[in-house]
Amino acid sequence: MAQFTEERLAKVKEIIARYPDGKQKSALLPVLHLAQEQFGWLSSETMDYVAGLLQIEPIEVYEVATFYSMYNLKPVGKYMFEVCQTGPCMVRGSEDIIEYIKQKLGIKVGETTADGLFTLKTVECLGACGYAPMMQLGKHYREHLTKEKVDAIIEECRRNAAANN
Amino acid sequence: MGVKLLLDKAHVEGIRYYDVYRREGGYRSVEKALKMSPADIVEEVKKSGLRGRGGAGFPAGMKWSFIAKPEGVPRHLVCNADESEPGTFKDRYLMEFLPHLLIEGLIVASFALGSNATYIYIRGEYAWIPDILEQAINEAKANGWLGKNIQGSGFDCEIYVQRGAGAYICGEETALIESLEGKRGNPRIKPPFPAVKGVWDRPTVVNNVETLAAVVPVINMGGEAYSKIGVGKSTGTKLISACGNINKPGVYEIDMTISVEEFVYSDEYCGGIPNGKRLKACIPGGSSVPILPANLLFKTAKGEQRMMNYESLSDGGFATGSMMGSGGFIVLDEDQCVVKHTLTLARFYRHESCGQCSPCREGTGWMEKILKNIETGKGKMTDIDLLWDIQRKIEGNTICPLGDAAAWPVAAAIRHFRDEFEWHVNNPELCLTQNFGLAHYADAREVVA
Amino acid sequence: MFIHIDNKTYTVKAGKNLLEACLTLDLDLPYFCWHPAMGSVGACRQCAVKVYKDENDMKGRLVMSCMETVTEGLRLSIEDKTAKAFREQVIEWLMTNHPHDCPVCDEGGACHLQDMTVMTGHDYRRYNYKKRTYTNQYLGPLINHEMNRCIQCYRCVRYYRDYAGGDDLNVFAAHNHVYFGREKDGVLQSPFSGNLSEVCPTGVFTDKTLKEHYTRKWDLTMAPSVCNHCSVGCNTIAAERYGQLRCMLNRYNGDVNGYFLCDRGRFGYEFVNSENRIKQALIRSRTNEAATESEIMEHVQSLISMSKVVGIGSPRASLESNFALMQLVGKENFYQGISEDEAHLNRLVVEMLRSGCVHSVSLKEIEQADAVLIIGEDIWNTAPMMALAVRQAVVKTAASQASQEIKIPVWLDSAIKELAQEEKGFLATLTIATSPIDDIATHSWHAAPDDLARLGFAIASYLQPGKIVNTDFSEALLDKAKKIGDALKKAKNPVVITGTSCYNDNVIKAAFDVAVALNTGERKTSFSCVMTECNSMGLAMMGSPSFSVANENIKTNGHATAVILENDVYKHIPSANADEFFNSCDHVIVLDALHNATTEKAQVLLPAATFADGDGTLVNNEGRAQRFFQVIPNTTSQVQESWRWLKKLQTLKLHTLNGHALHPDDLLREMETALPQFEGITNVSPKHDFTIHGEKIPREPHRYSGRTAILANKNVSEPKPFNDGDSPLSFTMEGYKGTPPSGVVPFFWSPGWNSVQSVNKYQEETNGALRGGNPGLQLFKNKSDARDLFFNDVPESFVVAKDRWLLLPKYDALGSGELSSYTAALKTLSPQPFASMSTGSLQALNAKDGDMLQIVDAGIMYGSLPVKADENVCDGVVLVTAGLRESMGMSWGTRVQIKK
Repeated sequence: MAQFTEERLAKVKEIIARYPDGKQKSALLPVLHLAQEQFGWLSSETMDYVAGLLQIEPIEVYEVATFYSMYNLKPVGKYMFEVCQTGPCMVRGSEDIIEYIKQKLGIKVGETTADGLFTLKTVECLGACGYAPMMQLGKHYREHLTKEKVDAIIEECRRNAAANN
Repeated sequence: MGVKLLLDKAHVEGIRYYDVYRREGGYRSVEKALKMSPADIVEEVKKSGLRGRGGAGFPAGMKWSFIAKPEGVPRHLVCNADESEPGTFKDRYLMEFLPHLLIEGLIVASFALGSNATYIYIRGEYAWIPDILEQAINEAKANGWLGKNIQGSGFDCEIYVQRGAGAYICGEETALIESLEGKRGNPRIKPPFPAVKGVWDRPTVVNNVETLAAVVPVINMGGEAYSKIGVGKSTGTKLISACGNINKPGVYEIDMTISVEEFVYSDEYCGGIPNGKRLKACIPGGSSVPILPANLLFKTAKGEQRMMNYESLSDGGFATGSMMGSGGFIVLDEDQCVVKHTLTLARFYRHESCGQCSPCREGTGWMEKILKNIETGKGKMTDIDLLWDIQRKIEGNTICPLGDAAAWPVAAAIRHFRDEFEWHVNNPELCLTQNFGLAHYADAREVVA
Repeated sequence: MFIHIDNKTYTVKAGKNLLEACLTLDLDLPYFCWHPAMGSVGACRQCAVKVYKDENDMKGRLVMSCMETVTEGLRLSIEDKTAKAFREQVIEWLMTNHPHDCPVCDEGGACHLQDMTVMTGHDYRRYNYKKRTYTNQYLGPLINHEMNRCIQCYRCVRYYRDYAGGDDLNVFAAHNHVYFGREKDGVLQSPFSGNLSEVCPTGVFTDKTLKEHYTRKWDLTMAPSVCNHCSVGCNTIAAERYGQLRCMLNRYNGDVNGYFLCDRGRFGYEFVNSENRIKQALIRSRTNEAATESEIMEHVQSLISMSKVVGIGSPRASLESNFALMQLVGKENFYQGISEDEAHLNRLVVEMLRSGCVHSVSLKEIEQADAVLIIGEDIWNTAPMMALAVRQAVVKTAASQASQEIKIPVWLDSAIKELAQEEKGFLATLTIATSPIDDIATHSWHAAPDDLARLGFAIASYLQPGKIVNTDFSEALLDKAKKIGDALKKAKNPVVITGTSCYNDNVIKAAFDVAVALNTGERKTSFSCVMTECNSMGLAMMGSPSFSVANENIKTNGHATAVILENDVYKHIPSANADEFFNSCDHVIVLDALHNATTEKAQVLLPAATFADGDGTLVNNEGRAQRFFQVIPNTTSQVQESWRWLKKLQTLKLHTLNGHALHPDDLLREMETALPQFEGITNVSPKHDFTIHGEKIPREPHRYSGRTAILANKNVSEPKPFNDGDSPLSFTMEGYKGTPPSGVVPFFWSPGWNSVQSVNKYQEETNGALRGGNPGLQLFKNKSDARDLFFNDVPESFVVAKDRWLLLPKYDALGSGELSSYTAALKTLSPQPFASMSTGSLQALNAKDGDMLQIVDAGIMYGSLPVKADENVCDGVVLVTAGLRESMGMSWGTRVQIKK
């Protein structure tokens, strides 16, 4: 069963306290982020759990979770490459980067590698146009991407994954 | 070298931290403001002529003065940090490198508006920035600039950071309010305006990050003095985030008296086009504003030099001008295909449509499909007219400005680059491997080696 | 005020939006997301018009007409080229992804999207890409889902969630891939889900029961009808093809149900088509039981002339049938076919409403109440549409009032919805157990009926100190009374609702006292009491004694022939008493439509018409007399209205048979003379000989097809249409084509408007009364000089007895109807019988959740039921699912024994 760690539960409490009484629904987006951090993606079970925490109907969580692009409603790889493909990145060669990652990992956009390590996603503008081409990897941005940089990032991820196992 | 009001201290070592920021004169505006009446602060901001830096350019002081003050109902200030307009990344820069500047502006504005709980709604993808902001908030709090009875003034204020979760539409203020309430980011119908019924049905002011940061110099130097910087109704300084095919992409502060040409070619700013290429077109104010071909970028239709300010950039209307918008300056060189670039923007707006009203929901998807066909050599001549027709009907007819934002880039691309579209239709094979190039949109300037 | 539309000047009502104004003026303007009951959200952008600053403004501005308020002298154009082109473009957008499956779509021919497409003139498709597709969901046995047809007008979620309070249908995802449905497959939980089929402007949500025996809407024979399933009396359209009832549709009545029906009402029609229908007259214990009409008449004639005859009336039979029985047996021998307990309550309600001191409230007025107090009735389950009206009062009325302060028009739903989060109207629900309506209540309190009554009296006493004599109320009770009393005092239009389902007269008296105490000069208070059946009120108004009295009389006097009218006595009376009654009767003659326990006792059985095969009048709990009309032509079977059987018997008995046809009109005229309380009943509907320009009103739309072929398997020549001598309606497609009087509208249709949205064309104004006034006649008149009735019967507090349990019914919105269980779909959704008790009670019984318990009442052992522990049931009370076979004849409101 989905259940937050003590630390996250305390965080939920803290977040709810930011809003007026009875407006705990406002905590929905941040709490879903917390849930995704812990579980990697948002299953119906997780969303039901969040609904319970915030004392709202589960359906209020589903409608929101499906609206925003950052919530994963299906399991994703440990490392998700979210490569920007909007105009400013495109003119700086984001298509080549996407193509390179596809080849390198042997997956198509939207797919996850068989080892469950990598998911490749194309996304729309992430607000790093001056540092294009770029992608989001977890919490941070990887900018000024080149093929060499992509190689290094993949290596780094593999190393981290191996170290954590 | 123009006046710098926001980024003047950006390169001071450790400016991200309170001690350095304070040493460099930070939080003076709060000291000053707390001694003023809220109404006087609003008056100063009005006098300064400060215009909303999010894109619409609505006078900030005016917006503040509209806030309703019903008895016993709390009011809120919400900082719009949902910076998502392609080409725009200036707010991120401010928050990442000068977090205290934003916090300082927020405290002043909160005091002026009577907001005891102020929220920063930041786009979800800027996932690491809330940590920076929260650290700054904690430092400010530890030093008595936030919390209960700020600096003995009797004014209480808390600032909270809320992350969005990936929706461009939440940059629209009513959608942002919905999202802050934990709902889908569907823009609300106005009226009621947020100033009357905003977040949790309370009077609310939503301002962009840069606008709120600019409140600091406005208070420090006085509205009158601030209004003297710049030109006409373009007062103060503006952050421009420059990107695309330029040598020095990045965030620049300009005082709105420099020319577009200088901005593109001066080493102080963009530093010209890389690899000796020539400039083909530019979107000067974020992806939604009309694209301008080189010949209309540096000179207006009247033949005057085009300047980097609200009035000059929009000179000539949409026929021959563009807009200052959010200050996202996207430069395309001679190798870029306008059809393809427009396609990425159409895809962006289709993806970001909330799905509420028909023109935007159905129109953006259709435009993307047509552009895709034209771009890949499957287009027909009538598709160009159809595209024109669809965008015309979207523009001005949607609940929120996203419809306009989606229509304008398509309109401007056809308006100024119709022959490039036609070339795609006429050269279905060729367009897969080659670009139309510059054609007759000759760069007004000789190639800079 | 005046406005100018395309350079013509019109008078319109202030406060409306331009779309409402245009539609009210009978102008055609297409729309999708706007709904008259739900207001505007400006999402579809279909209703665009041009608005001009003044007469010199030639350019104008394109606006959404649903989002602009009418202002004095406003100039607008519907015909403007840009506006027309834009509206056509919107349809083109919506049609980009809409499948071209009209020929196989249930909505086809009655589709708002089709109508609007034609209206805008969009006929050529410039979109030549793949259409988006979705996966459909299983939404249960009532509603079909076909998401590919969706045009994203958002009406379904706005109706289901905002209007009806459902929480299992929503919008998911974003941009051009929004999805409307449930989180995953499953039965829609709201008892108002059927309205989705009418709210949806196209074929995404359709009536699944119609699918079982599908017919195009234009091929239906339709007649105005009145719902049989509870005492509220919603107006319906019954629709027939090939002798079978195919579906029920909403029939707009601005005073009653408006645009909506509950699922029991909409889907509970299948009993009409049931195999359990009685189609043949029988004389039992003959070799050949089937009898011809003349045999039957002769036989019955001899029975009723031989001995004393008692008539047992019915709360679900029409006024005409009850009255015809009364005439046949004589007023002194006519009894209500319900228990004395229930009859006593019904008499009380009639007395209250007849006094005229408090207004008897309509559903529409409940919607507009600013405070609602419910005492003792689970209206969500006993009168669902009333609960929906209360929801509007709570959720919308206060918000609408708040909107006035910030100058937001009441039709601006998007803003009202936001305001409604903060501004809720007052609702107190004081009932025996929890109900879904508690979710929107300010106060909910669950207690035994006597304690509910005590709180009611305490509130009345607080509102008008000194009026209640016995005031030994506890501090806690007084505190509650004060809170509720204060809230009610603030209201201008409070409504007090109660009902008979507690089987406790103190509850009703207390509720009435609150209403009277509130009804002072500064506010207009209204009152409503829910009853059990569709004509409980009509029967009660006739003022006859109860079945229990009939039973006593027969036992004492013996030797009688009983004529039982459309009534399963076993449903109302403990089976021992019923058996006793039947054993005392020499002969039993039963008229009914369906076989049941009582028809088993009949020596003579006459096939009676249902609402679908006959005409009649019902009186709802408000006192509104409403007429329903036959929709299934009867050419072969013996089925006829009970009143017709009875009237024929009467003429035979009195030898007054003169060859004249019988009309309900004649009966009503005689009734008006005999029973003055029914004054005006003859005016409820136009008379049988009413015509317009010499033409009757056709039950079939002019597009009706295949008429000449319908009976071709029997005879190739087209038969003469069935002749309806009882009403102004004809069983053909020929006749008057205009708008008929509001009470005899068989279907809504207008040129270019083939869907239910055409109701706009029948109204005085959108969401207003039907042209010529809403149908139905209120039989209770408010009297300005009425003397206040006031009851002073404060009961003692409820005391838990050691081994006796207060037996009370638990109703279910879908499953408590005797008739609705014939619809297979509803039956699957109805609860299995169970009892519920508090944990304390279970401990006292030494039982636990899930145990089987047996109710023992006056020596009768009822079948055993599983028990559920329910914290909201108070100690000493046992709730049992009502309306099911297992709980038939239980003595509700009495103390019973329980065996493990």
